[in-house]
Amino acid sequence: MNRSALNLWVGIFVIGGFAALLFLAFKVGNAGESSLRDTYSVTAHFDNIGGLKPSAPVKSAGVLVGRVSAIRYDTKKYDAVVTLRLAKAIPFSSDTTASVLTSGILGEQYVGVETGGDPEVLKEGGEITHTQGALVLEKLIGQFFLSKSQESAPPAK
Amino acid sequence: MLKTTADGIRRTGQFALDIAEGIGAVAVFLGLTLRHSGTSFQRFSLTLREVFYSGVLSLVIILVSGMFVGMVLGLQGYETLQTYGSAESVGVLVALSLTRELGPVVSALLFASRAGSAITAEIGLMKATEQLSAMEMMAINPMARVVGPRFWGGVLSMPLLTALFIAMGIFGGYVIAVPVIGVDSGAFWSQMQGKVDVGHDVINGMVKSVVFGFAICAIATYQGYSAAPTAEGVSGATTRTVVSSSLAILALDLILTAFMLKG
Amino acid sequence: MPADVAVEIAGLNFRYGDRDVLKGINMTIPKGSIVAIMGQSGCGKTTLLRLIGGQLRAREGTLRVDGTNMHTIDDEDLYRLRRRMGMLFQFGALFTDLSVFDNVAFQMREHTDLPADMIRDLALLKLQAVGLRGVRDRMPAELSGGMARRAALARAIALDPSLMMYDEPFTGLDPISMGVIAKLIRDLNQALGTTSIIVTHDVQESLRLVDYVYFVAAGVIVAEGTPEQIRASTLPYVHQFVWGEMDGPVPFHYPAQPIGALIRGPALAQGGSIAAGSLHA
Repeated sequence: MNRSALNLWVGIFVIGGFAALLFLAFKVGNAGESSLRDTYSVTAHFDNIGGLKPSAPVKSAGVLVGRVSAIRYDTKKYDAVVTLRLAKAIPFSSDTTASVLTSGILGEQYVGVETGGDPEVLKEGGEITHTQGALVLEKLIGQFFLSKSQESAPPAK
Repeated sequence: MLKTTADGIRRTGQFALDIAEGIGAVAVFLGLTLRHSGTSFQRFSLTLREVFYSGVLSLVIILVSGMFVGMVLGLQGYETLQTYGSAESVGVLVALSLTRELGPVVSALLFASRAGSAITAEIGLMKATEQLSAMEMMAINPMARVVGPRFWGGVLSMPLLTALFIAMGIFGGYVIAVPVIGVDSGAFWSQMQGKVDVGHDVINGMVKSVVFGFAICAIATYQGYSAAPTAEGVSGATTRTVVSSSLAILALDLILTAFMLKG
Repeated sequence: MPADVAVEIAGLNFRYGDRDVLKGINMTIPKGSIVAIMGQSGCGKTTLLRLIGGQLRAREGTLRVDGTNMHTIDDEDLYRLRRRMGMLFQFGALFTDLSVFDNVAFQMREHTDLPADMIRDLALLKLQAVGLRGVRDRMPAELSGGMARRAALARAIALDPSLMMYDEPFTGLDPISMGVIAKLIRDLNQALGTTSIIVTHDVQESLRLVDYVYFVAAGVIVAEGTPEQIRASTLPYVHQFVWGEMDGPVPFHYPAQPIGALIRGPALAQGGSIAAGSLHA
């Protein structure tokens, strides 16, 4: 095998290898979320985040608009603080509502955001004040039985 | 009964000592190789040549095996997932299995038996035919001229081969899931993108592959360099390269996986 | 140590593990001479060569090559010294992945900054000297044993070494190739004044070639002298070796229990004609 043919093959191999890496990063992985490269971070307090995990999607009207970048516990308010990275291209109003939702019945959890009517928009480091935590199945069932028993019980008089 | 038990314990102890001794010897040799690595980079054409022998010549087996592994994953994954009504997730299953585990591990095992054994056989044969001695007598250090380039050529090839293996596997999974079974192409890719994280999955897989590359090449060069200079010595060393590399790959995979899942 | 001595060895001991390989070796090899080290296979000749080349290290006694103490030499000095040494290995040890030409040019490319066309000319001259310019593009696997040895010789003399070592240069060669190698060794010695050490068990060819002979048996020097002295030697070991006799100080039989105790079959016990003993009778 002569030198130039060998170099050619090595060149093809290296280029192919890097092409495969790019394929893995952008086509297979999430590095291709081009709209999420330019982002701003906002925080939101939730009374309960259920099974939400870092890097979970943030969706608005079902479209991916950001990701959860961090979750921690607020020791003053005794609730969860979730940091969201949102696409800079989308100006959400400052009275946006964020809620922890579940895709499908047993699917993964994500943060749903709905923009409000305020002309002011959220900025880097801002906070979403209208939040709705995750629905906990046990509580739902409890409420269901409570309401049922209140319906069937004779009027309290 | 007591005697056989004692024997068994003794043999286990001996085995553990042998392994520890082997790891120590390879580590010392690796240190020596790294110390003599200057030549491999100053005269990079020497290393490129070994990238050809380790990497390019392993391409066929890596690509074909990757394709097959991906197709099997596609079939098996679909079979299981469709009972839960989430057949579109087959892309996620294929991609995650390949990037996290099967890609790095299977391509490293193939690399050890294809390129690792070749490195051992070549260095061992050079030793048996006194080529290494001849080089020493010409005032050229075989660690720098022979071992270094082969080591680095292999180390550089390994992650590229792994990336190609995974890409080929995902393509194989796609071929089975989308045209053959009829999973929706958009769902296949979008679910995959939603679940495969570059940092957690792709980069971790590549980190594994780099570690495996170092281990295989250190073992292969060590076995070749320390082989008895006879035909039996070289064939024994070649076998040992494949066996010890495979064990090293699986053991390291366990350790790395534990750290990565924790982190 | 006088300036005209290439290799000086005094009281040299060497062991592999707990096995004594060389015991109390004394040797003085003047510059420009051709010296043979002879002895049976496994007597320690090649070990001696490796000690001189610095591939093995002894601790006891003195070993000086070109005035440098080989026991304490560091790697850098050793490599510098080796640039002035050449070694012809028993089976050539050509690099199997390089062509004959690249083998010969190998050292020049590694050790010098000469331009490519000058290296080409020099390597072709060396190949011309051993008569192999016509096979320069062949791979070592495509050469006969004699040609491989000649190509290896061309490679060993590539940088015009002042000390050449030959490890069994005649073994396994046909008489013509043997004559060619012997002539090349002599020519090299005369043209460049190269000191040559030949380790061999080929008596007749070397006695014609060399200036001085050392006989090694079981790790000690049992005899030394000029070729004439060796031919005329009455020492039983030397006589047996030089004239290739079957029995003598080195017995034909490797030590074993008497054969009568082992053979019980009636045919052989009653004087079978093919018994090994009859050869010896």
